[in-house]
Amino acid sequence: MKILVCISKTPDTTAKIAFKNGNTQFEENGVQWIINPYDEWYALIRAIELKEKDASTVLHLINVGGAESDPIIRKALALGGDEAIRVNTTNLSDSFYVASQIAEAAKSGAYDLIFTGKETIDYNGSSIGGMVAELLDLPYVSLATKFELNGTTATITREIEGGEEVNEVPLPVVVSCQKGVAEARIPNMRGIMSARTKPLKVVEPVAADTLTSIKSFELPPPKAGVKIISTDNMAELVRLLHEEAKVI
Amino acid sequence: MSVLILADQTEGHFKKTALEALSYGAKLAEQLNTTAEALVLGTVNEDLASLGKYGVKKVHHAANEALNIVDAQVYTKVIAEAVNATGANVVVLSHNNTGRAIAARLSVRLKAALAPAAVSLPDTSDGFVVKKVVFSGKASANVSLNTDIKIISLNQNAFKIAAGEGTAEVVSLNISVEPGKIKVTATDKVTGEIPLTEATRVVSGGRGLKGPENWGILEDLAKALDAATACSRPVADSNWRPHHEHVGQTGIAIAPNLYVAVGISGAIQHLAGVNRSKVIVVINKDAEAPFFKAADYGVVGDIFEVLPKLTEEVKKLKGIV
Ligand SMILES: Cc1cc2nc3c(=O)[nH]c(=O)nc-3n(C[C@H](O)[C@H](O)[C@H](O)COP(=O)(O)OP(=O)(O)OC[C@H]3O[C@@H](n4cnc5c(N)ncnc54)[C@H](O)[C@@H]3O)c2cc1C
Ligand SMILES: Nc1ncnc2c1ncn2[C@@H]1O[C@H](COP(=O)(O)O)[C@@H](O)[C@H]1O
Repeated sequence: MKILVCISKTPDTTAKIAFKNGNTQFEENGVQWIINPYDEWYALIRAIELKEKDASTVLHLINVGGAESDPIIRKALALGGDEAIRVNTTNLSDSFYVASQIAEAAKSGAYDLIFTGKETIDYNGSSIGGMVAELLDLPYVSLATKFELNGTTATITREIEGGEEVNEVPLPVVVSCQKGVAEARIPNMRGIMSARTKPLKVVEPVAADTLTSIKSFELPPPKAGVKIISTDNMAELVRLLHEEAKVI
Repeated sequence: MSVLILADQTEGHFKKTALEALSYGAKLAEQLNTTAEALVLGTVNEDLASLGKYGVKKVHHAANEALNIVDAQVYTKVIAEAVNATGANVVVLSHNNTGRAIAARLSVRLKAALAPAAVSLPDTSDGFVVKKVVFSGKASANVSLNTDIKIISLNQNAFKIAAGEGTAEVVSLNISVEPGKIKVTATDKVTGEIPLTEATRVVSGGRGLKGPENWGILEDLAKALDAATACSRPVADSNWRPHHEHVGQTGIAIAPNLYVAVGISGAIQHLAGVNRSKVIVVINKDAEAPFFKAADYGVVGDIFEVLPKLTEEVKKLKGIV
């Protein structure tokens, strides 16, 4: 069994969101970088659990990014996994370009399973997994909340409109993971020590098109400020919601 | 040239997301001086000609039963063929659970630029620029789609359904469908409740409610408001409430017209899932709770005193006794 987990680098969930250069670039100053929570807590941890069950499993991590990604890749390796691949590029604004890099690496690795997170918490594309699957002509199960392996078939529970569905699918398959698939854990000392010696291979990107570009960013307009209503005047709150806000 | 809109259906019926996508697509077609056409896949139990009232001129229907299972791989091939057959240059679908998977695959298959989680009509004054959510709702980005064919997956609750008059011409689309590799062995739909992502009003509870046994007063308010219920992460993690109610950075993101936060402190990770709500009401006994900064209306007080009174007043307004 060979598994590839896609790991992206995102600002910490509490990071201040601000832009520079005429609102065309994210202000990275002072930002702490983390492994995208969906990638770490769900995709990576489930893959590690599968390896723990079957020691013959080979677990690779991939990140498309510059050398700034190395600390989060090392952290991911400290949680588990055998080796990491970093596709060396800072051209990350177009999902198709990033997916093309992952698909290229996946082709040569002949993986049975490719895991991604549900979405990145900075771009919120929810796109890379589906794109990689299409590039490789593989089935794609998105928004998985449970994942089990039985030989060469995966049984996956996924979120659909208004509920859940259980899918059975032969490997290889691409799966995007979210809450439910695994329980978060923290790296232990042994993991941290061994991560230092695990291979982190840096490869150059392949030529691929970019289909989109980000013209600018915007912050939402500031709220007008809260109207406080006294606890003994709920009739007034209801009137405001009905007549002023018109939401009830 | 035309705008092709995937009117997604669940068990033969069109949901709110489909009607939003149709309304958006029709408006977009108007802007681009072209026609809007709908694509319907699988068996439906509704009158397709009546989709004309959302502004589409034609409905292409591929009634193949194999399409009653939404396998993104199968759907993508069929939609790509429909795009070629109709000559569409913009495809619109909903950024819901299944739509987002299809949109991504379709982008590759058609080599078409994708704007996922879109929240507005494109600005076509200089290119084709669509606003999308980024940083989990804390900001938006204007994304330029630089290919001939463009795909927009529209965020839920981001565009108002606009129904008028009109009937559409219904044409059947004969497309051969190869079976997919995915077998569906079970489905579990939450029945009776309003799905959270589709709800226009949401009442949400946090740790301030003290325990699952106290959710009755919150549910009473939700019922009176015709609202769905949600919760903060620790509430779901402690199994006070089901996991599908967890909103926030690591749960689901929602954008209802009204979000009532009850006993939730308003941590940044919670706000990430709800900050696109149109109106936020916060009920919290701590006047310093960060949630008040993101609120439109606030009540500083005890849940157990405030909630029943509020429910009472909502019922009065609605004439419920
Ligand atoms: C990486 C990361 C991701 C996270 N993702 C999420 C997420 O997706 N969603 C999420 O919700 N959280 C998330 N969290 C957790 C988040 O940081 C907060 O811890 C959490 O939202 C707090 O939940 P709460 O407001 O229900 O509880 P608390 O913070 O304990 O707040 C309870 C509130 O209730 C009020 N209260 C208490 N009693 C009463 C009463 N009788 N009447 C009125 N008010 C009362 C208190 O004043 C307080 O403000 C995440 C954290 C991290 C680190
Ligand atoms: N630069 C990247 N390198 C590796 N994996 C990525 C990268 N960007 C996104 N991914 C993966 O794709 C998932 C979805 O990302 P997105 O489509 O941007 O929301 C993430 O959760 C990651 O698993």
